[in-house]
Amino acid sequence: MAMIEIEGITKRFGGVTAVDNLSLAVDAGEFLTLLGPSGCGKTTVLRMIAGLEVPDAGEIRIAGKTVFSAQRGLFVSPGKRGIGLVFQSYALWPHMSVRQNVAFGLEIRKVDPEEMKREVAEALAYMHLEGMEDRYPQQMSGGQQQRVALARMLVARPGVFLMDEPLSNLDAKLRIEMRAEIKRLHREAHATTVYVTHDQTEALTLSSRVAVMERGRLMQVAPPREIYRRPASLFVADFIGSPTINLIPGKIVRKSEGVFFDGEALSLPAPALAAHIGAEVTAAIRPEEIQIETGENEDAVSGEAYAVLPAGSETIVQIRREGRIFNVRVIGETSFDVGENLCMRFLPEAVSYFHRNGGDRIDTGRE
Amino acid sequence: MNESASLFVNRLGLKLRQPQVILGLLLLVVLAGLVVVPFLQLVHDTAVWQEADRRMSRLAEPGDWTLFHYLRVFAGPLSVNIFYRPLIHSLATSLTIALTAMLLGGLMAWLVVRTDMPFKKTIAVFAVIPYVLPSYTLALAWLDFFKNERIGGAVGICSYLFGVSPPDWLAYGFVPIVITLSLHYYPFTYLLVSGALVSLDSNLEESGEVLGASRFRILRRITFPLMLPALISAFILTFSRAVGTFGTPYFLGAPVRYFTLSTTIYSSIVNRTPAVAYIGALVLILISMVIIYLNQKVIGEKSFVTIAGKGLLRRVTLLGRWRWPAFSLMAALIGIAVFVPLLLLLWQTLMLYPNDYSLGNLTLHYWIGKSQATLAEGESGILRNAQILGSAWNSICLSVIVALVTGMMGILIGYAVVRGRKTRLAAVLEQGSFLPYLIPSIAFGAIYLALFSKSIGPLPPLYGTFLLLVLVCVAKNLPFSARSGISSMMQVAGELEEAGMMAGATWLQRFRRIILPLTLAGSLSGFILAFISTMRELSLIILLITPETRTLTTMTFRYVEQGYSQFADAIILLIVLLVVGGEFLARRIGGKRETI
Repeated sequence: MAMIEIEGITKRFGGVTAVDNLSLAVDAGEFLTLLGPSGCGKTTVLRMIAGLEVPDAGEIRIAGKTVFSAQRGLFVSPGKRGIGLVFQSYALWPHMSVRQNVAFGLEIRKVDPEEMKREVAEALAYMHLEGMEDRYPQQMSGGQQQRVALARMLVARPGVFLMDEPLSNLDAKLRIEMRAEIKRLHREAHATTVYVTHDQTEALTLSSRVAVMERGRLMQVAPPREIYRRPASLFVADFIGSPTINLIPGKIVRKSEGVFFDGEALSLPAPALAAHIGAEVTAAIRPEEIQIETGENEDAVSGEAYAVLPAGSETIVQIRREGRIFNVRVIGETSFDVGENLCMRFLPEAVSYFHRNGGDRIDTGRE
Repeated sequence: MNESASLFVNRLGLKLRQPQVILGLLLLVVLAGLVVVPFLQLVHDTAVWQEADRRMSRLAEPGDWTLFHYLRVFAGPLSVNIFYRPLIHSLATSLTIALTAMLLGGLMAWLVVRTDMPFKKTIAVFAVIPYVLPSYTLALAWLDFFKNERIGGAVGICSYLFGVSPPDWLAYGFVPIVITLSLHYYPFTYLLVSGALVSLDSNLEESGEVLGASRFRILRRITFPLMLPALISAFILTFSRAVGTFGTPYFLGAPVRYFTLSTTIYSSIVNRTPAVAYIGALVLILISMVIIYLNQKVIGEKSFVTIAGKGLLRRVTLLGRWRWPAFSLMAALIGIAVFVPLLLLLWQTLMLYPNDYSLGNLTLHYWIGKSQATLAEGESGILRNAQILGSAWNSICLSVIVALVTGMMGILIGYAVVRGRKTRLAAVLEQGSFLPYLIPSIAFGAIYLALFSKSIGPLPPLYGTFLLLVLVCVAKNLPFSARSGISSMMQVAGELEEAGMMAGATWLQRFRRIILPLTLAGSLSGFILAFISTMRELSLIILLITPETRTLTTMTFRYVEQGYSQFADAIILLIVLLVVGGEFLARRIGGKRETI
């Protein structure tokens, strides 16, 4: 069952269209991440779900209830949508203690004081904040503030969690710790979660589905593995992955040996693309899909080691061939020297092809 | 078509639901009621026959349109006396005051911020005190010192000390008006210029030095031009204040019939020719608008970016052997502007019989004495005088209410402007809240008199009510509280309120529990300013006061008119105490709030 249904929402700020006729459904219990470069409209979508931004057109339903409809002039205020939101800046009230911050929502709803006390204590304990009840936000570390913000959201027991880049203000170590914490929270509360981030690692590790956005539109909505393995467009292929995917422009041609991709510095057999002879395409190969072999090899592609970048668990090797740099990821350490002659082996089934014009994926029938 | 129309209505409906829009519209209506409507009524009244005109012209048909008043003021046999001469006096005094104040304040700012003058910090603390005192404090002290036989009653200390009676030109009119008001207004320049000097990067001056320019040349060619925008602003601010002030020109000018526009407005009201007063008020408003327009133009072209962002290196000019003379000059200035007048006033209140400066004549009668038939027509000392205590109570109530109401409105305006950022409504509201600034105090009183002396629809005439005083003071103080409201609202991130929305808080709950606590500390300066300026306000309310609504300032005015300088001076000192006490109290409360 869809918990959140968005239909054709548009939002303009002045003359700029931030979100353009966007539709999206989020299933109950799902962890959906809105991923995209800054300014792509992902935060605006989240704020429209929350009710902090009023769309110019479209309809939004939460748990089967319409909370916004431009057609019917309907708008349900944020507090009545049964949702919780964690802000990028945490937005903790500086004049209230931790306890007051967490209790605020319950006070507004006139919860019985005894019960309120219990609920607040429970939420604080759940976020490991015992003993900090009387501190003020500015006396706490970023990670602790983040926990208070999460406790504040949890205490109202919302059916939907919305999170706007909650980890972007934390240092790298804390970020990994809080990432695990958020995953635990989602699993245990089983709440539908919509999570906004520009960090693809976060998106890929946390989500059950990722929605990639660009310029106010959805580019692809799919599970992380599919987003990574079968990007729907050149944009998604290029945006996801670090180091970035290798992109080689070229053309599909028929040779005597069969159908080939004939690209700059690279030619690959492409039997699945027989229907696209003559098409201008871009081939995309993930850095870990390229294998390096030393010495000469008949059907391998040779090049010269341009840079070797060891990073502990893996090594990125940059190989130059005919003026082009290929990124190759190798597990573990390598003993390649810069300038050394290396051969690359490409598995034809690991290569994705996109129309150069428009960037759409060309279906190769590959899973 | 039908569908898109309903879509449009829906969209409009959603827009109108936003609190900043509702609030913005409401505040615009309030602003219109407080400023625009009274102004239009004033214009209307200048162009129709008044009831009082029946004694001046047979043609008078109250309510009909006429140019009679304009002709009378601008081109009648009385024009020179009721308009042109007062206009020239107003311009001459205000320009001279603005220039003198600019020089004094500028010099003090430079000495305090940029030189090695001794006791700089002490001078800085005392520098702004003259402005906290009521503007006519110095005028009354001046009279205590220089009064001669001309207006009867006791003569001033000058005659007693030196045995010569001061000439009229020294005792009354242009010279004392300029001196006393310059000493009152120089803190404007001091504050503006010292602010600008603090943010001026010394590198700009040093690069001049590297090029081999002399110190004086640097001051003249680099520092001074960079300070010009602040100096011009200060000049214009001072001018527009001075031109609308009433107390000092009245106390020091009236005895020798030296009238300015503001005092002419007052006497025209007293003489029951309100239309003349209203036209005078219009001219004042016009002058003020032109001046402020010029300011915008000049500053717009000359505003230099001198703030470097990082820690500024402020280099100090060594004064050498001029250090102590500079300090002496500044100490003397503050002494003459603050301590000498206050001591003079105090001494005056302690003299049983005026003009007797012997120690035996000292008494506390005018403070705490019981009523005695032989003294001051049997009035008792101010601390047991029911009338004065009543007016003190009025003053305190008025100041506190005005401070709370304007402060609150300032925060609300800040909310509507900051949350509605980039919308036309917010821009109109921000500029609209600036309107009262264009209207000189005495003219403001006049336009309120024009509107509220009659009943408006179901509303009874507000003239003579306490409410009217509150309204006019709130309106006049609005520009300052709006500004501090806007700047403190800027400090409150929008997400803090949105977090409240997520928790289901209504707008009122969000305002009371989140926005108000977070803006209050920042808006406190607006509250204090409104309190102080209302407590010492005379020009604004002199036209609107009736015996029931007397305040301390108007009591002073009455006693000066009756020649009881002891009472007048004692009340002034009381006002000074209340103003200083109020500020002290507010700072204590404010200080506690900030530590939370």
